[in-house]
Amino acid sequence: MNRTLYDKLVDAHKVCDLPDGDMLIYVDFHIMNEYTSPQAFSGLDTKQLGVWRPEAHLAVVDHVNATRSSEPHDAASKLLIDNLEANCTKHGIAFYGLGDPRQGIEHVVVPEQGLVAPGMLIACGDSHTTTYGAFGALGFGIGTSEVEHVLATQTLRYKRMKTMRVTVEGGTAPGVTAKDIIMKIVQVVGAGGANGHAVEFSGSAIRGLDMAGRMTVCNMAVELGARAALIAADDITDAALLGHPHSGRFEFKGESWVSDPEAEFDKEFVISGADIEPLITWGTSPDQSIPITANVPVAADYVSPKAKAALERSLQYMGLSEGQSAQSIEIDTAFIGSCTNSRIEDLREAAKILEGRHVATGVEAIVVPGSAMTRLKAEAEGLRAIFETAGFEWRPEAGCSMCLAMNDDIAMDGERVASSTNRNFEGRQGRGARTHLMSPAMVAAAAVSGHLVDVRDFK
Amino acid sequence: MTKTIKGIAAPLPLANVDTDVIMPKRFLITITREGLADGTFADLRFDNAGQHRPEFTLNQAPWTKATILVVGDNFGCGSSREHAVWGMRQLGISACIGTGFAGIFYDNARKNGLALPVVSPAARDALLQFASNPSGAEISIDLNSRTITAGETSVPFEMDDATRTSLIRGRDDTLDSLEYAGAIRDFEAGLSDGMRISVIK
Repeated sequence: MNRTLYDKLVDAHKVCDLPDGDMLIYVDFHIMNEYTSPQAFSGLDTKQLGVWRPEAHLAVVDHVNATRSSEPHDAASKLLIDNLEANCTKHGIAFYGLGDPRQGIEHVVVPEQGLVAPGMLIACGDSHTTTYGAFGALGFGIGTSEVEHVLATQTLRYKRMKTMRVTVEGGTAPGVTAKDIIMKIVQVVGAGGANGHAVEFSGSAIRGLDMAGRMTVCNMAVELGARAALIAADDITDAALLGHPHSGRFEFKGESWVSDPEAEFDKEFVISGADIEPLITWGTSPDQSIPITANVPVAADYVSPKAKAALERSLQYMGLSEGQSAQSIEIDTAFIGSCTNSRIEDLREAAKILEGRHVATGVEAIVVPGSAMTRLKAEAEGLRAIFETAGFEWRPEAGCSMCLAMNDDIAMDGERVASSTNRNFEGRQGRGARTHLMSPAMVAAAAVSGHLVDVRDFK
Repeated sequence: MTKTIKGIAAPLPLANVDTDVIMPKRFLITITREGLADGTFADLRFDNAGQHRPEFTLNQAPWTKATILVVGDNFGCGSSREHAVWGMRQLGISACIGTGFAGIFYDNARKNGLALPVVSPAARDALLQFASNPSGAEISIDLNSRTITAGETSVPFEMDDATRTSLIRGRDDTLDSLEYAGAIRDFEAGLSDGMRISVIK
């Protein structure tokens, strides 16, 4: 019988069926951060429960910490950070805190530490846990009550999802990155288009990506509603498993972690790689994107009154006019960072644009490397010097930072940000802040120009 | 044991209402589940000076007393923060009726007694219209028969069995799953050493 990669992963982790239609699935590895775990630990205390298998968990500080210094910027964030450390000490769980050379954004740290391999099931109280699908592992985000459930039982209650395959076939043009590929997929499938589905990405444009690019694609799969994203493991994956602290310490053999050739999916989308241009978002949902060469939509583009009203609301929040050209949008801030685009490969792409150029007058430009290890590597390669000479502020500590503004990196009301992050929601980067999502190279180009601009014009 | 949820429903037709909008990040710096009612929909309910925005539905009578929301497509998308659901419950919301919800939000809702009946787009639009009438007529959600009644109208809704059981029984999933500790140990006994992760401290 032909099975999808998703079905193989679920089958391999199924503990037992439950009488009400759910199943219990086994969690090989669980990651925690400081803001979605405190109430899970207090739930264990209330119920007088212990942690089932402490060595299968890792806690990382990343969401609320300042990135200007390794000291918390206020008492409230310090409380969250100290609380996580105390909970980990109490239960014997590995903790990578501030000042630890392994600290960083959880989804950057885990691959860097070699803690993901094809065939694993990984859960984390963070929606971007879909990132691990890049390795042929089943990763998905969970809420705090489920964090408690994993801690106490090493399992989750689970219902098998429907499957979707998105095939991106054919080469992409120069200047088109993994970020543009996933932004195109979100645009085509829609912000909730994959709700209830596990999505497998395939096709030559996906196979041609390096691991950093594959992680960017799987990371943002949650923005189309996918609860899990997968890319079949191949030689590129195998090569990426070597040379990390946990390399060789575990393996999940027994299956070939690819979909069988005749496996059927509940939904299919096919996108031509040649049709993808560098994209920017103009609105307040990640599917509201246009090519950098295009104009912001006009009401006449939409049929239903509901869609027209939604357009009007987005434009009003974003401070844009109907039909305005993408390249006429002037920015206040450029931000490079987040679990989507803060890896060494992302920093290299941005640095290529910045070398020999300078940030435009009036633009504040910030780069927050995804982890302490990424920062050190970038500094050794001379990337820090390129960013700083170009007028970017190079942050000495790693974290989510201005992607969701839970630390002190908060955009002001009306501030317009070119951002290499994953969500352009109302208020995401600060109350009233206006976010335009794009690739890190496009953020660098916008920083230099003072407005959104086509990265392909930079030779 | 809740089998019927009854109350005034408020129309919230916006599509893609994300959990950043439901619970802005400034309310997330907390180690407890409590005190989140004021944070719920904060930027929609309050202006920069902290005053109620009169144009927002939940600030208008009769919807100040709403315990049910009729919502747009893809409600609850984005961040996994369960604080969004805790806050809605603390604001007195017991159910959201929509055409589809983001997966993590759906699971979080189940854990906290927030019912999310899924209806067809046509039924949702009819319920939106019913909820928009300021007469304050109540909507009734019967979990047993999976039926929503609004005035003369009755529409079926979808809800998977496990979620429905959880809502009706108010079950604690963690304690219930520990009843299967033997099955979990059996599964672990079948794992090779290479399949047991041990994170370096």
